[in-house]
Amino acid sequence: MTAETWRKVLAPAAFIIAVLAVWEGLVWLYSLPDYRMASPLDLVPRYIRFWDLFLIRSWETLWRTVAGLGLAVVFGTVLGMIMGFSRIAREGLYPLLVGFNAIPKATVVPIVALIFVGQHDFNTILIAFMISFFPIAVSVSIGLSTLEPEYRDILRSLGASNFTIFWKIALPKTLPEFFGALKVAVTLAFIGTNLMEIVSPHGQGLGDLFDSGRISADYPLMFAVLFALAALGIFLFYIVVFLERIFAGWAERAPG
Amino acid sequence: MTGSSQIELCNVTHAYKTASGRLPVLDQLNLTMPRDSFTAVVGPSGCGKSTLTRLVSGLMRPDKGEIWLAGDRVTSPRPTVGMAFQNPVLLEWRTILQNVLLPLEIVKSSMDKAEPPRSHWSEKPLEIIKNRMGSSMGKAEGLARARHLLKLVGLEGFEEKRPSELSGGMRQRASLCRSLIHRPQVLILDEPFGALDAFTREDLWCIMHDLRAEEPFTCLLITHDLRESVFLADQVIVLSGRPAHAQYVLDVDIRGKRTLDDLYTPKAVEMLAILRHQIQVAQGRTGTADAPLAEHAPAASASEGMVQ
Repeated sequence: MTAETWRKVLAPAAFIIAVLAVWEGLVWLYSLPDYRMASPLDLVPRYIRFWDLFLIRSWETLWRTVAGLGLAVVFGTVLGMIMGFSRIAREGLYPLLVGFNAIPKATVVPIVALIFVGQHDFNTILIAFMISFFPIAVSVSIGLSTLEPEYRDILRSLGASNFTIFWKIALPKTLPEFFGALKVAVTLAFIGTNLMEIVSPHGQGLGDLFDSGRISADYPLMFAVLFALAALGIFLFYIVVFLERIFAGWAERAPG
Repeated sequence: MTGSSQIELCNVTHAYKTASGRLPVLDQLNLTMPRDSFTAVVGPSGCGKSTLTRLVSGLMRPDKGEIWLAGDRVTSPRPTVGMAFQNPVLLEWRTILQNVLLPLEIVKSSMDKAEPPRSHWSEKPLEIIKNRMGSSMGKAEGLARARHLLKLVGLEGFEEKRPSELSGGMRQRASLCRSLIHRPQVLILDEPFGALDAFTREDLWCIMHDLRAEEPFTCLLITHDLRESVFLADQVIVLSGRPAHAQYVLDVDIRGKRTLDDLYTPKAVEMLAILRHQIQVAQGRTGTADAPLAEHAPAASASEGMVQ
């Protein structure tokens, strides 16, 4: 194993274990009952007992999060392109976007659940999408609107079309900003999915499992759900990191 | 239009619209650049030199006047022009070789599309085919040419590097290769050596001479460096302050292959003194443009003395 693999795999693992150990130690030190603060070791029996439920509910949460995120990527990119290229669109849309983003999505959940009553998958995806497209739209628009004029001119002076300039220069140049925003959007989309699952329970997703824990006062189960959510978040995040390395790896400079 | 001139500007007048009203930058500018000649344009800061490059390349259209390129009136950008700027603007996600090849990806496709439906096409179908073949380079040919150009500017072995791995001077060399890859008839340089250190700059000056010896092209250089203009150009044009017109034209008659030593001859020093005087006039700091040569003779002879 090389030094780099050690650093990239073992260092995060060591930090996670250390935090869990401190947590376990504090719960033990203050001898807190599990209804006040569950310790990591309390969670193990829950995972063993409900492992099939955890798998099913995780999958329900995961695919709806990814679907919402996918929508956010498409919509956010298109919106960002419009705002990046048109000054009028940029100045006109910003207040609207910021206003929309400022509305707590928890308040939107009941409204959405009322409008599309019974369409649970659709509603969940919609909330995940609504909460996560904003950073993508903003970063794409900033990436495009801050393109130095010389970049445009080297192609324009050869008679290239606007589409060619976008495809060959503007789009690749925006990729690092895009992936930066996608990393934020990934975790936001999880929040969106779970908002729908918890605020408007419909028997699906990890949010539902959390809700059953709450109803049956099974506090370790609630904590176990939170850990499962964190694990899913880390999983998706590293998929984005992987994609970033493929498509925008050039932006990373050699260390030192 | 004279037959031998590649670039011709007739009474070009241009103004920018700003928040505080119209800002005239060029006023009745007339210039002629013969085919395969090298013209340097110097002038005070903000006098409209960069505007000139954007007009000649067709990126902008002048308010008044006409610009001709090889007998065609310029109304839009054209693939027979190459451009390089002070900022080398290399694409970070491409290797140096891919950066140099970029124009070929554009020129080829725009050439295919831009073939105008001529009403009298039957008259010279052969010529159309020939033009097409001449302009759209094959992939292998383009690659070979890119490698050759990179070698000429001393970047052999850096083809697969990323721009971020290169120094400023090396990036500018790569940018020069990119501006020449599609065999442009006209090369427009907007202060490409401005941000480089003095030694790198002199290196690139010599490379410019080598490139032109290899394959001639008409070159329009915008610069703030008078030594650069004298060393590189056949004619140096001094623009007046804004709105600019051609205030003075200096013919640089250094014959044969130029070396940096040519900059330290009495003749070169005299030319530099003349240009310096003209710039000061353009800045409005001294006398008139048609002041007799005697006025700056002392400066010239003083430098001569130093050379001796």
